[in-house]
Amino acid sequence: MEVVFSLAVGVLAGSGVYLLLRPRTFQVIMGLSLVAYAVNLFIFGMGRLRIGDAPVIDPARGSDPALYTDPVPQALVLTAIVIGFATTALFLVVLLASRGLNGTDHVDGREPDKE
Amino acid sequence: MSNWQQHLPVLPVLLPLCAGAILLFPGETRRGLRAAIALGATLLQLLVAIVLLAMTDGHTSTPWNGEIGVYSLGNWAAPFGIVLVVDRLSALMLTLTATLGLAALVYSLARWERGGIHYLPLFQFLLMGLNGAFLTGDLFNLFVFFEVLLAASYGLVLHGSGPVRVKAGLHYIAVNLLASLLFLIAAALIYGITGTLNMAELAQRVAPLAGDERSLFNLGAVLLGIVFLVKAGAWPLNFWLPAAYGAATAPVAGIFAILTKVGVYALLRFAVLLQGPGAPVPFGGDWLFYCGLATIATGTLGVLGAQKLERLAGFLVIVSSGTLLAAFGFTGTTLTGPALFYLVSSVLGSGAFFMLIEMTERNRAAAADLLAISFEAFGLQDKHDSEHPDEMVGVAIPAAMAFLGLAFISCALLLSGLPPLSGFAAKFALLSAALAAPPEAPTLHAGLFVAALLLSGLAGLMSLSRLGVRVFWSAERATPHLQWMEAAPVAGLILLCVALSVGTGPALSFFNATARSLHHGPAYVDAVLPGATP
Repeated sequence: MEVVFSLAVGVLAGSGVYLLLRPRTFQVIMGLSLVAYAVNLFIFGMGRLRIGDAPVIDPARGSDPALYTDPVPQALVLTAIVIGFATTALFLVVLLASRGLNGTDHVDGREPDKE
Repeated sequence: MSNWQQHLPVLPVLLPLCAGAILLFPGETRRGLRAAIALGATLLQLLVAIVLLAMTDGHTSTPWNGEIGVYSLGNWAAPFGIVLVVDRLSALMLTLTATLGLAALVYSLARWERGGIHYLPLFQFLLMGLNGAFLTGDLFNLFVFFEVLLAASYGLVLHGSGPVRVKAGLHYIAVNLLASLLFLIAAALIYGITGTLNMAELAQRVAPLAGDERSLFNLGAVLLGIVFLVKAGAWPLNFWLPAAYGAATAPVAGIFAILTKVGVYALLRFAVLLQGPGAPVPFGGDWLFYCGLATIATGTLGVLGAQKLERLAGFLVIVSSGTLLAAFGFTGTTLTGPALFYLVSSVLGSGAFFMLIEMTERNRAAAADLLAISFEAFGLQDKHDSEHPDEMVGVAIPAAMAFLGLAFISCALLLSGLPPLSGFAAKFALLSAALAAPPEAPTLHAGLFVAALLLSGLAGLMSLSRLGVRVFWSAERATPHLQWMEAAPVAGLILLCVALSVGTGPALSFFNATARSLHHGPAYVDAVLPGATP
């Protein structure tokens, strides 16, 4: 499972970074989203990968911490998802404003001069 | 209510949060009410910050033991709950934020807040993010407050709209979003290794790390350092800065003068907590020093090449960031006190300068065009200037040009570090501390630092006088019209710097005391986690 998980994080982060370096604003926002997914998975993984364990204490199972998965990274992921969602929405608005004002979707607001 | 004082540390976060939320309700047309709420909240923040400063400096009685105040949110004890920590440095930064915020707010109330919607709420949220970042004692909360201040700053940098702002804003947002993602990776990595996000507990858990854990932790710390360096505008991560600061409206650029200092503050805070043998770069070793020197060099080149005052101001911010980084990266801790003095003086000076250059440049056609467009787009143009879009509203101060000239000279003296203003006192203190540092510090470092400081000051002076001559001595420019509400904040900030230079002695001893209590790391850990240290 660890191998699959780290491959998923790596592929997401790699394609995200590639897209981030592309010149079109849409590619940049897709890249940012992919890197954000990779980062969210990574935070989740930092709580150690456990199968079938809940982070919330269940009276039926008792209070032994070994029976539960670490709740802190899951709370962090939640916060990160919310913040990432808001900033992505904001970036979309800026992207559309730039497209509307300049008539191009190049990140510099104008097409590069063709030699 | 005998123990009201113990709740003071949370007010700098709560006040702007509530004020910003309330400001969303009254319509944009009810300007008097909105201005009153915003001004009241900012004044209260300043008051709270000054009281906190007096308390941490030992002038009034405190509800907590010692100099460092700890506020546990929800009264959960430190490693489990979230804490706000206020010591001298935090209180100093809070006061600085509130002062600059008040000046920028008054300036923007004159007319800038009408250039778009939701200016005042965003401004309050920016203050909340800044205050929270200076107060928090928790790594993840630092991230959240960074996001709050960045989200507000994204909105503010686009305030007024227009192609230039949208382009600069796009780059600014993309760079900072990526930096935030790096921050998350760093926070997760550090949590994964040490099992804590509390900064004081982190300081305790780092020391025994060894082997693989140590290298993974160092990796996380390096990523964290990169994030702070991006915020601080360090070379080579600062190419977004002059464009974004230059394109932002004047009061926004004014408050942005303190944004880079958040990164510097965070670097300093973590450097103290992670100090000790094997401290990871950039929190230990010479790495930060050379990074600061490179930042000064690029900033100086930019200062020399700048053709517009806005860009010049942006590069001056980079130079001041570089100076701070180099001073904090210098071997030993003797430079920290003078560097804090320099930080305060340069933040006040560059804040005033950003607002001043808009006033001197407003008779320039291009800026007026841009403004007219944004005002038209929002249908908020005033009746008075519909006839003459180039002439701004307001009573013409008879001595407008004299005021602008005097203020420009003061800012130039402040930013290039010439006597008699506080910029000189700060640079002098830095230089004398650097020259006194060898034998403990390498002589090469002291020499490089002195040379960089002097050369950057010279370049700043040359560039400021060159552009000043062009602005003030050109015949075809009409005298700009000023409003008292725009002139007063600039004058106030400069007068504060004058006061700082008159009271250099007491100020410097306060800054040195701040540096001493900051570098006494165990006191911080003890205050947050009482009884934890053996």
